[in-house]
Formats: sequence, structure tokens, C-alpha cells
Amino acid sequence: MDDIIAARSQMALSLGFHIVFSCIGMVMPFFMAVSHFYWLKTNNVVYKNVTKAWSKGVAIFFATGAVSGTVLSFELGLLWPEFMKHAGPIFGMPFSLEGTAFFIEAIALGFFLYGWDRFNKWFHWFTGVIVGVSGLASGILVVAANAWMNSPAGFDFVDGKYLNVDPIAAMFNDAWFSQALHMTVAAFVATGFAVAGVHALMILKGQNILFHTKSFTIAAIFGCVAALLQPLSGDISAKDVAKRQPAKLAAMEAHFHTEKSASLIVGGIPDEKNKRVDYAVKLPGFLSFLAHGDFKSEVKGLDSIPEENHPPVAITHYAFQIMVGMGMLMMLVSVLYFTALWKKKHWLTSRWLLKLFVTATPLGFIAVEAGWTVTEVGRQPWIINGIMRTADAVTPMPGIVYSFYIFSGVYISLAIIVIFMLYRQIKMVGKLYDLPAKK
Amino acid sequence: MLYVVIIFLWTAILLYLLLGGADFGAGIIELFTSKKNKSITRKTLYSAIGPIWEANHMWLIIAIVILFVGFPVIYTTMSVNLHIPLTVMLLGIIARGTAFTFRHYDAVVDDMQNLYNPIFAWSSFITPLFLGIIAGSAVSGHIDPNANTFMEAYIFSWLHWFSVAVGLFTVSICGFLASVYLIGETDDEHDRLRFAHKAQFFNIAAVVCGILVFIASLIEHIPLIDWVFGNWVGHIAILSATLSLVWMWYLLYQGKTFLLRPLAGFQVTMILLTTTYRHFPNIVILKNGGYLSLLEHSGQEKTIYALGMALLLGSIFILPALFYLIYSFQKKEEVAH
Ligand code: HDD
Ligand code: HEM
Ligand code: HEM
Repeated sequence: MDDIIAARSQMALSLGFHIVFSCIGMVMPFFMAVSHFYWLKTNNVVYKNVTKAWSKGVAIFFATGAVSGTVLSFELGLLWPEFMKHAGPIFGMPFSLEGTAFFIEAIALGFFLYGWDRFNKWFHWFTGVIVGVSGLASGILVVAANAWMNSPAGFDFVDGKYLNVDPIAAMFNDAWFSQALHMTVAAFVATGFAVAGVHALMILKGQNILFHTKSFTIAAIFGCVAALLQPLSGDISAKDVAKRQPAKLAAMEAHFHTEKSASLIVGGIPDEKNKRVDYAVKLPGFLSFLAHGDFKSEVKGLDSIPEENHPPVAITHYAFQIMVGMGMLMMLVSVLYFTALWKKKHWLTSRWLLKLFVTATPLGFIAVEAGWTVTEVGRQPWIINGIMRTADAVTPMPGIVYSFYIFSGVYISLAIIVIFMLYRQIKMVGKLYDLPAKK
Repeated sequence: MLYVVIIFLWTAILLYLLLGGADFGAGIIELFTSKKNKSITRKTLYSAIGPIWEANHMWLIIAIVILFVGFPVIYTTMSVNLHIPLTVMLLGIIARGTAFTFRHYDAVVDDMQNLYNPIFAWSSFITPLFLGIIAGSAVSGHIDPNANTFMEAYIFSWLHWFSVAVGLFTVSICGFLASVYLIGETDDEHDRLRFAHKAQFFNIAAVVCGILVFIASLIEHIPLIDWVFGNWVGHIAILSATLSLVWMWYLLYQGKTFLLRPLAGFQVTMILLTTTYRHFPNIVILKNGGYLSLLEHSGQEKTIYALGMALLLGSIFILPALFYLIYSFQKKEEVAH
């Protein structure tokens, strides 16, 4: 493995790891706020137990999210010093605001986790909401930084120099809105489905039904609303990508040849050498519609882009298919769930619906990882789209492979421990929260 | 605005040293605590640092963000040449943060604790050790931009007596801060005495390590003596720190807890002030005699302006909330459970 591949893999691994924890860190506070609200309103102790049980899980995720995020802020320099030297001052604005958001989040979390029965109950509830709001804010800000890499703005690039830097313009680059919207909704989808799935499993096992049903309902409603919105936001993203990064769109769709009324390719195996896709289903005109909102319009293919600027087609294409596929599946589940809520109440207690949710547990996170792969791999070979190549940004230090191995080991062990701990938390639900309620 | 940003950077580093330092120190104390006292130490430690460790940790992130936004050349030079110690420090941060949380939140208390505990204690030692090594290396003049070999560029940039001595010094400072902090956190007379002893132990350790730092600086021709003693700021700082130290030992002997924390904080502030004041604005000194300066190697004006505004704006939100957090948990109100 050479150094650049190692550096890229390490970056991808660290981000792919962090994103799981940050999604949960952004979304769980809202779930907790809802159950906490019901507890304060109805005095039904199950809601209090749900809030407390969740907050223990969240504390574990928060710590892991915080340390993996800290690692990232160093890794940007450790792995991509040439990039940070120039990009730092330009796209740094969201990061400096993010510092504030994190700080508020950490403070509010201190209040929330350790503040039971110490403060006015609504103040305590409110600190929980603040955790969620500042978490969302930091997610949006960091995605704005990433969007700048896709759609650089806020400076003039003259003879290899970065002049007239304007960090505010850099933050509000063309891609920030579509990406931030899509990411925020994605976090709700992924976390909602994951949490609902776990509680559905416990209901199926017949344990602490009341507790798990309440938790399930909160998570499932959040997740399903978001899952219905996600394709809409994905459509905004796709139109946006078509405008600013035709190479990425072409790679996503394995669209080799520029054409009018281009067909949407579903599935298939891209053959990059012969520039064709085998075994695919083609929907004529739909790609033109997806990209420009018009069945007849022309969509640029990879042939319009110099060979040395092509992103890896196969990975991007597969990742896109996976994301969209997962999105469609979850949309289907959501439709069924809402039908159950409104029209077919008896479905709600049926095993097949719960089983469906159990099966869907990982789908959201798979889609998130796939979506980021589309965004990041689809930007290659650029680290700053059209300005700087990834290969020119990497650290001169040799032996990054070892660092990659070490971090892989660490992340794998952490993941195992976190899963193990979560398992134990859930097992303890019966002991801790099933007793007749003493207030 | 540049000066605003620099003041924030310095303050973030100071607060990380003070608050994060006390936090690390708690783990170091655990490492230096005999078996039979370990579990009681742990208990005090949870209640003391549980609510605030995440917030403490943020100062480091603020410092890093200021560096990479405002002073990208300094950030990248350090990232390249000090890659290895930075990586070790990061591994320490991961291990520590997760072990602390895991052992606290694990639903079942069993043998897994035997895994978390040593990881927590040892990483609490290693992380500040490497933080010190990094700080020491930055000013030691060992970073060589023209290095040709791997060893010169990536190993000898940080592996030398001076920076190792600074690392040990940092560790003892952390232990010292934590013991002083914990004295005020416990209601048990016996415990208080133990922490007072620990404070004395780490104080002596800090003085010894400090002497080692000076010896190392002489061996490696680092003008530390001149930085510290060559100007009036240094004189005043050293004098007042020494006086406050005497005062503090007196209080410790008297068994008083009043004023201990401010005094300890004051001493550490003075140490940071003397060691940074004289060679301000240069925070990285290179082997070829060159240096990286906060004034000359900053980002463009608009960036610095935006960064300064973001920091000022942020503090308006953060500081009151942070004080309220610390205040609320200081108030030893009875928990109505
Ligand atoms: C639950 C997760 C999830 C689901 C169901 C979907 N996506 Fe997505 N997608 C993401 C999670 C995600 C993401 C991980 O959040 C990404 C990565 C970068 C970003 O901004 O969002 C992303 C990126 C992303 C991009 C690239 C954006 C860019 O590079 O700027 C496009 C074009 C789409 N998505 C389109 C879709 C469409 C048409 C979907 C239809 C169902 C869809 N996504 C479902
Ligand atoms: C799309 C990608 C990302 C999203 C959505 C995201 C979001 C978040 C969120 C919501 C948190 C706080 C929640 C928690 O602690 O669990 C967090 C933590 C953190 N993230 Fe990320 N992040 C992303 C990528 C990054 C990157 C690239 C960096 C660094 C350059 C980074 C740096 C951090 C840091 C330093 C923390 C710790 C803050 C703390 O101690 O609370 N993140 N992230
Ligand atoms: C959390 C979600 C993210 C994931 C899962 C992710 C994933 C990836 C992947 C797979 C790569 C490797 C691409 C390749 O080399 O083919 C990569 C590269 C990179 N990403 Fe992201 N990314 C995320 C968000 C971000 C954010 C928010 C930033 C910065 C603000 C960022 C900065 C980078 C950098 C600097 C590289 C290396 C250069 C490059 O390969 O272009 N990423 N990421």
C-alpha cells in the first residue's frame, strides 16, 4: 500500500467512524427531549426511564464522537498538510464557529447528564434541547466546510496563489445548502431506523414491552418522517451536483457518453476500460430529468472530461446505487408504518411490521456511509475541486501505512467495545427500569 | 484583531493546561495511588471531573482550530515534523476519553473494569507527556526544514532530552493541579490529607523535573535561562510564583483548603507566561535559526478578522454558560434524589 492510498484510507476510516457517532450525537438529544417532555407532562414514569436509559447510551456515543472528532481535527494536518496550508484560512470559518457550537453542546450535556433533580425541571429539559440544537449546528457547519471542497469559493486562484480570501463567502459556497440539508435529514433517518430497529427487536423478544414500545414509537416516527423527505432532498443534491460537478454525476450514474434524453442506469457493472455498463436496467430520459428537471436535456458524460480528471467510476456508481436503494427501502417501510398509524392500527402490534424494522436497523447508516463515498470518491482526483489534487496534498512523511494499521486497530476495538456496552445497557433495562415505579 | 486571536490562542492553551491538566492529573494520581486507596480515589474523581471533562477537552480543539485557520503554516509545519508525537498523543486522547466514559457508564461492573482502569490511568500519563514533548520540540530548535533523512526529519525533531524533560515536567504539573483540585472535592478528612500529600509529592516532582529541563537546555544550547531570567516580566513572574508557592505549602501544612486552587493556578499561569513571553511572537523555532512567528505567519487579514469575530461572539455565549456549569456543580447542594 503506498502512502497516498494509506492516507486516504485512514481519512476515510476516521470519517466513516466519526459520522456514525456524530449522527447519533445530533439526533438522539431530540428523541430524548420528546420522551423527557412526555415525562414532565404526563408523569408517566416509563418516559422518564426511556429518557434516562437513552441518555446513558448517548453518553457513551458522545465520548466516542468527541474523541474521534478531535482526532480528525489533527488528522487534517497530519495527513494533508499541503491542503490545510492553503485551505485552512479559507474554509476555516465554519470550523471556528463549530468550536462554539461544540462548546455549548459539551456544556449543555454536562447540565443534562448530571443535572437530574438538581435544577428546575424545565431548565433541565431545555439543556437537553440545546444539546440537540448545537449538535445539529455543528453538523451543518462541518458539512459546509466539506461543501467548500466540492465547490470552492471565497478566493481568487491566480498563478497557484490563493488571493483575496473571503471566509464568509467560502462558507456560503454553492454546495453548502444542498449538502447540509441532505446530511441533516440523513442523520435523522439513520439514527431513527437504527434505534427503532433495536427496540423492535426487544419487543419481539417479549422483554419490557411497555418501555420498548414507547421508545420504538418515538424513534420510528422521527426516522420515517425523515425517510419520506430524504429522496426529495436527494433530488435537490443531484441537480446541484449536475451543475457544479458533472464528473461526479457522470461517475455516479456510470454515464460514459454525453447525450440528450440520457437514460438513468440502475444497477449494472461498469466497465471502465470499454466505457460501458453491463447488465443494467435503463430508464430512458430519466437521468436528464434527474439532473436538469427536463427529460430532453443533455447530460455531460465522462467523455467530456479529460481522462486524468476522471473519478473512480465503479466505486462511485455502486455507492450511489446502494444509497438510493436503501433510501427506497426505507421509504417503503415508512409508508407502511404511516398506513399502520392512520388506517390499520392492528398492524402496529403485528410481528411482521416489527420484523421489518429489525431488518431495516442498519440500512440508514449503510446509506450514510455510501452517500459519503459518493461525495468524496466522486470528487477525486481533486481534494479541492478543480484547484488542488489529492496527490499534491498528502504529507511528505513516509510510512503512513503503519499509522493506518494502528488507527484501524483502534477503531475496530472501539467499535467492538461500544457494541458490547450497548448490548449490556439493553440487557440491564429489565433490572433497572422494570420495577414498579418509585418516583 | 490579530492580537485578539493570539490572546485567545494563549488563553485556550492556558485553560487546557489548567483544566485539562487537572483532568489528566486525576488519572496520573490514580497511577500513583496504592491499591487499597484506588477505589476511593476513583469515586472522588468521578464526581469531580465527570460533568466537566468534555468541556475541558474543548480548549484543545479551540487551540487547534485557531492554529489551522489563523496560522496554517505553523499548524502544518508542526503536523509534518511532529507527526509521530502528535499521533501518540491522539491515541492517548482516544484511549483516555473512551476508557473514562466506558468504565463510568458500563451497565455491569465486572472484570471489564480491569481493562478500563489501567488504560485510563496510563493514557492519562502518556497524553500530557507527549503534549509536553510537542511543546518542548516546538521551541527547541530541533525542527529541521532541510532534513534529508527520515530520522532527522521525523524522529530527532522531537526525541531529545529537552523535550522529554518538558514532557515529564508537564506530567508532574498535571498531577500537582489535580491533587490540589481534589483536596477541595472531598469531605473526608483522611482523603483530604492523602491528596495534600499527593500535592506535595507532585510539587517536588515538578521542581525536580524543572531542574532537569534547565539542565537539558544547557546541554542542548537552548537559551531557556535567558528566556526565563533575561527580562523583568520573567523576574516578576518567577518571584511571585515562588512566593505563592511558599504560601501554598504553608496552607497545606495548616490543613487549609482555602485559596489553594487559585494559588496553584497562578503558579502554572506564571510558568506559561515566562516561557512564552520572551520569545513571543515566535512559537516554532527551527534548526536553521529561522522561526515561525504568530505575527508574520498569520493568515490574510480578512480571515483573521472573521476568526477574531467568531471567537469573540463565541465567548459571549460560552463563558457565562461555562461558569454557570462549574458554579452549579461546585455548590455542594444536597442532591434531592
Ligand atoms: C440515510 C441516508 C441517505 C439516504 C436514504 C439518501 N442519501 Fe444521498 N447522501 C447521504 C445520505 C443519504 C449523505 C451521507 O448524507 C450524503 C453524503 C454527502 C452529503 O451531503 O450527504 C449523500 C450524498 C448524496 C449526493 C451527493 C451530494 C454531493 O456530492 O454534494 C446525492 C446526489 C444524493 N445523496 C442523492 C440521493 C438520492 C437521489 C437519494 C434517494 C433516495 C438519496 N440520496 C438517499
Ligand atoms: C460530515 C461530517 C461530520 C459531521 C456531520 C459531524 C458532526 C459532529 C457532531 C454533531 C459532533 C458532536 C456530537 C458528538 O460529540 O457525538 C461532532 C464532534 C466532533 N467533530 Fe465532527 N462531524 C463531521 C466531521 C468532522 C470533521 C471533518 C472534523 C474535523 C476536522 C470534525 C471534528 C469534530 C470534533 C473536534 C468533535 C468533538 C467535539 C466535542 O468534543 O464535542 N468532525 N461532529
Ligand atoms: C463524515 C462523513 C465523511 C465521510 C464518510 C468521508 C469519506 C471520505 C472518503 C471515503 C475519502 C477518501 C476518498 C478517496 O480517496 O477516494 C475521504 C477523503 C477526504 N475527506 Fe471526506 N468524508 C466525510 C466528510 C468530510 C468532511 C466534513 C471533510 C472536511 C471538512 C472531509 C475531508 C476529507 C479530506 C481532506 C479527504 C482526503 C482527500 C481526498 O481524498 O480528497 N471529509 N473522505
